[in-house]
Amino acid sequence: MDITVNILLTIATAATPLLIAAIGELVVERSGVLNLGVEGMMIMGAVGGFGAGYLTGSPWIGLLAAIALGAVFSLLFAVMTLSLATNQVATGLSLTLLGLGLSGMMGTSFVGQPGARLPNLDIPGLTAIPVVGRLLFGQDPIFYISIALTAAVMWFLFKTRTGLTLRSIGDSHTSAHALGIHVIRYRYLAVIFGGACAGLAGGHLSLVYTPQWVENMTAGRGWIALALVVFASWRPWRVLAGAYIFGAVWIGQLHAQAFGIPVPSQLLSSLPYLATIVVLVLISRNKRLTMMNTPASLGQPFVPDR
Amino acid sequence: MSANQDGANLLEVRGLTKVFGTLTACDHIDLDVAKGEIHALLGENGAGKSTLVKMLFGTLEPNSGEILWNGQAVTITDPGFAKKLGIGMVFQHFSLFEALTAAENIALSLEDGSPISAIAAKARALSYSYGLPLDPQSLVGDLSVGERQRIEIIRCLLQTPQLIILDEPTSVLTPQEADKLFETLERLRSEGKSILYISHRLEEVKRICDRATVLRHGKVVGHCNPRAETAASLARMMVGNDVQAVVRAPAEGIETAQPLLEIRALSRKPATPFSIPLKNINLTVRAGEVIGIAGVAGNGQGEFFESVSGEVPQQDAASVRIRGKDAGGLGITGRRLMGAAFVPEERLGHGAAPRMKLSENLLLSRHATDGKVFVGAGGMVKSDAIYAASQRIIEAMDVRKSAPDPEAAALSGGNLQKFIVGRELDRRPDVMVVNQPTWGVDAGAAAHIRQTLIGLARSGSAVLVISQDLDELFEISDAIAVMHNGELSKPLPIAEATFEKIGLLMGGAEPGHAEHTLETA
Repeated sequence: MDITVNILLTIATAATPLLIAAIGELVVERSGVLNLGVEGMMIMGAVGGFGAGYLTGSPWIGLLAAIALGAVFSLLFAVMTLSLATNQVATGLSLTLLGLGLSGMMGTSFVGQPGARLPNLDIPGLTAIPVVGRLLFGQDPIFYISIALTAAVMWFLFKTRTGLTLRSIGDSHTSAHALGIHVIRYRYLAVIFGGACAGLAGGHLSLVYTPQWVENMTAGRGWIALALVVFASWRPWRVLAGAYIFGAVWIGQLHAQAFGIPVPSQLLSSLPYLATIVVLVLISRNKRLTMMNTPASLGQPFVPDR
Repeated sequence: MSANQDGANLLEVRGLTKVFGTLTACDHIDLDVAKGEIHALLGENGAGKSTLVKMLFGTLEPNSGEILWNGQAVTITDPGFAKKLGIGMVFQHFSLFEALTAAENIALSLEDGSPISAIAAKARALSYSYGLPLDPQSLVGDLSVGERQRIEIIRCLLQTPQLIILDEPTSVLTPQEADKLFETLERLRSEGKSILYISHRLEEVKRICDRATVLRHGKVVGHCNPRAETAASLARMMVGNDVQAVVRAPAEGIETAQPLLEIRALSRKPATPFSIPLKNINLTVRAGEVIGIAGVAGNGQGEFFESVSGEVPQQDAASVRIRGKDAGGLGITGRRLMGAAFVPEERLGHGAAPRMKLSENLLLSRHATDGKVFVGAGGMVKSDAIYAASQRIIEAMDVRKSAPDPEAAALSGGNLQKFIVGRELDRRPDVMVVNQPTWGVDAGAAAHIRQTLIGLARSGSAVLVISQDLDELFEISDAIAVMHNGELSKPLPIAEATFEKIGLLMGGAEPGHAEHTLETA
């Protein structure tokens, strides 16, 4: 029983950063912007979170720094693609490369240092309940944030007028502009929200998952988050499901290695991407569903005439 | 809201000017719209009508001039402000969101935060009271263009505007749907609302408008009472000189002429969720004749053109036959090599590569058919021959341009269309298929293109024209077939075709109806 709980807990810890980064990117893509810089924003969050936590000794300040750094870094992307209308794919890719390089440089003095770790929740009486206690009441704070964030985004996108406006911009920015909706302003906010989420996801890695700084410690999780958004066909609750499936695969791969099961680890680590391809093939068969959920103006720069 | 106050102007525009680079799209425009009138804004494509209304609705910023609303000078900074003033807009290119429902689309343009269900109920009630029934829960992508326009109109009316701007509203409607729209507009006028009605269709302007302002090349060239004018005199004001009428000599001996383009039981599944499947289409175009295909936009014309041109080859090779040979399995180059030529609807990006020169665009479409002339040994391009041929086309079609061999995107829409049509005509094709030959082309150039198409047919080619412009089809066709919801009616000989009959078919009256008319006529 204890082993099962432990495995479930590690899965949740592995899934949380994927979920947060993907939910942020989902909002960005729903507004019609494709930001391939998730990996870069995430690693900036990781290095910033670790650094601030290490220097101040407070993991909570680290957490805020991670969010802030991700948001500031995404602002760079927003200025380039939204105000200067550069190509979103190229800009996103360079954001990732820049983030990986910059974080490595910023983090040279952090390597090998012990970091601050966010404490797990401990509610007297509740956390001690066998099995469910630790699952429900004994996890790290970011886990709870990730679940609340998913619910909030779901509610925002599909229940609020502002969410409807955001989705309409993703469907057709020219129509939205003709109605007097401030396309660029909405997209700026969406991109910054996505950046803050990616930063938070990175902070989870360096403040909870492995409280230390290692270069390239995001290890492709930003790309998995991007794949997740497509895997989930831009629906928040499917992102949640997908994040836990991918998280389970990630953990399963580690356990398989530990038990010496002769499955090549490369195959297992490529599973999330394979799964995304399979899902893409499956959902593309139902063109109507794809059309209704895929933001039609995704990746297209918007330049209003004045 | 009081109707028809004596001489009270709701909107006055004084010296409004908009400059794009070197082009003055609107040059000191003056315009008055009184309360409770339908005011026409007449002009050809490119005369500055759309630019003017975009400034009135706040999507474009004027360079100079002023706008008076109820006598007060206003600066309309954005559409939200225009709506607050009481200006509503029904767009020409719809500003709807396909993946959202009608109610959500309407909610997006309303400022108040009332729930979608309340808005849906209000929209449904209003739509029925105006006789424009609307299901608020339907997905816009599933609706016909006529229904989409209803959403636009209802959305506009829900904002209780005092001035409603309609930009070319009938261009997507059947004649019967247009009648319905005119009734609605007259009712709105009787309620004291003002309407700015933008059109280049003279008959409807004469029918419903109280006053007209005519624009040409960005300038106001006259104010008039359209009811006191003739269509010809209005056209003269719009164009600046008399438009040469298209002459169509009756085609002779068509019945026995050789069929050059045959379409047999052509069917096609929808390629995207919102596109139209083609259902068992049969059509024969013989040497010497022009067949027109009418229909409201989005009834499968685009899909039909793709199938006939070979952009999308068919599985059944016999479903498209060119000069008596199966061509259904061939792509566009294969069909061109059999003597066919195609002009697609979209000029930039489909008919021509925007950033390439005219001569390069010529090579792109004719590298296979004219390979011997244009391409030399080892695949080297013969630039001189291509340049000479493109100059020949430019001269034959009277293409106006600013440089000897400009990029396609540098030409105006009308001139580029003349070049694209001329490029295909220059081959003297046996079969010519054209989709929307004169869409967005000025009257002079349109007359030229239509005359050339008739000339090509009379010289022994088969010409198939797909168009939404009924006037055009009646001008050039020997017979008109109607496409509705992916089905094609039997061609109706021009002598028997009337606007009413074609309109009924466009609206989806059963094909049997048309056959019956054919037999009794």
